[in-house]
Amino acid sequence: MSEFNSVVGVTGLNATDNPGPGISVIRTLRAHPDFKGKIVGLAYDPLDPGLYPTDLIDSAYLMPFPSQGVNPLRQRLKYIKKVSNLSLVIPTLDSELSAFISLESELKEMGIRLFLPTKEQFDMRSKIRLAEICEKADLDFPRTKIISDAEVLYQLSEEIPLPYVLKGIFYGASVVQSIEEAVAAFYRTTAQWGLPVIIQEFLEGEEYDIVAVGDGLGHIVGALPMKKTFLTDKGKGWAGVTVKDPRLLEITEKFCRTTKWRGPCEVEVLKTRDERYYLIEINPRFPAWTYLCAGAGQNLPFAVAQLAMGMDPTPLPEYKIGTMFVRISLEQIVRIETLEEIISKGEIHYR
Amino acid sequence: MDTNTLERLKDLAISESGFLFDPYSGATFTVNNTGKFILQLLMEGKVIEEIEPALRKRFEIGDEDLRSDIYEFVNLLKENHFLPNGFTP
Repeated sequence: MSEFNSVVGVTGLNATDNPGPGISVIRTLRAHPDFKGKIVGLAYDPLDPGLYPTDLIDSAYLMPFPSQGVNPLRQRLKYIKKVSNLSLVIPTLDSELSAFISLESELKEMGIRLFLPTKEQFDMRSKIRLAEICEKADLDFPRTKIISDAEVLYQLSEEIPLPYVLKGIFYGASVVQSIEEAVAAFYRTTAQWGLPVIIQEFLEGEEYDIVAVGDGLGHIVGALPMKKTFLTDKGKGWAGVTVKDPRLLEITEKFCRTTKWRGPCEVEVLKTRDERYYLIEINPRFPAWTYLCAGAGQNLPFAVAQLAMGMDPTPLPEYKIGTMFVRISLEQIVRIETLEEIISKGEIHYR
Repeated sequence: MDTNTLERLKDLAISESGFLFDPYSGATFTVNNTGKFILQLLMEGKVIEEIEPALRKRFEIGDEDLRSDIYEFVNLLKENHFLPNGFTP
């Protein structure tokens, strides 16, 4: 086995009660015996918790917000390349992916690699186009309607009976029981996330999530299905366990084959009591529970790092069924000088 | 018992202390010695006509109605997704 010595930038360091995936991805990379590289944390807020664990990151930089567009991002990455010799970035937040995808070829010229879906793949898996993919891939999908006008809700019940799920274009989902609730949820959701909203058939069942990496040619490099066993009040998984269910892997394979998915993704599947499987969402990035990969024997972030650098990924073994994670919250002690350095310089170097 | 159910039952991980893990659903459960014994018989593909006398013999049970207790236990396993809905021992 060959050592991996590159400098890897990872975003999503907001390890809060609704954690970004960054820390989980970093811990997984570090857990690989061949990882001898450095980790650069890329954060958006001086109080992002992932800026402070000195055992996990070698240095860190504050980044311009995705809403500022691609130019500030390009400039910042150019600077980080110069100072820290950044070789690749694993972006982990939905909101920044578009900008990274559009810069991929420029960054490659700069010597910064990515392993992400193409713009077309990224758009295809969006909530408003997922039904299309499911049809192509012959996968079950809840009945869905995209709407931009609250009036439509009054005529919807024939197509999708109440109760149904009303989802924001990027985030947020509410189960609504009546037209009145639906109208309220429509305005609440559009005020936060804009138009359109997604109306989806409400299905009762158990949710399963699969973290996977597609090679961009239609194959999966690895995939790990998990059942959340404890949820927070925000519905985020606080504990989970790897499960054995060939159907979940089959769905993931079909999705990757149909889209020729390149890079990491999280596939969300609902299994109903009558054993039907519905693909409900694709997140185009690693999830916050990625560290389960390290415990279950399939180090997917390391595979992504290898692929980004043009290396063949080390063959992954079968994952271990019954591997559990239980998340924990910790207080990190931080010297005020450290915070000062991050705020005043926008960067910090621990080693 | 159909082969799928039997295969699924055989995949259940059950510890000495009666801790049960279903690798398909990720569910966990704890059963007592009697439950563990019934489960082991189910995993061997045994039907109710074989389970009932085996249980009587093992736990020295007299004339009580065991069959309804076995069905009740099986229903509990179904409710917790360890067995498919249509399953009957």
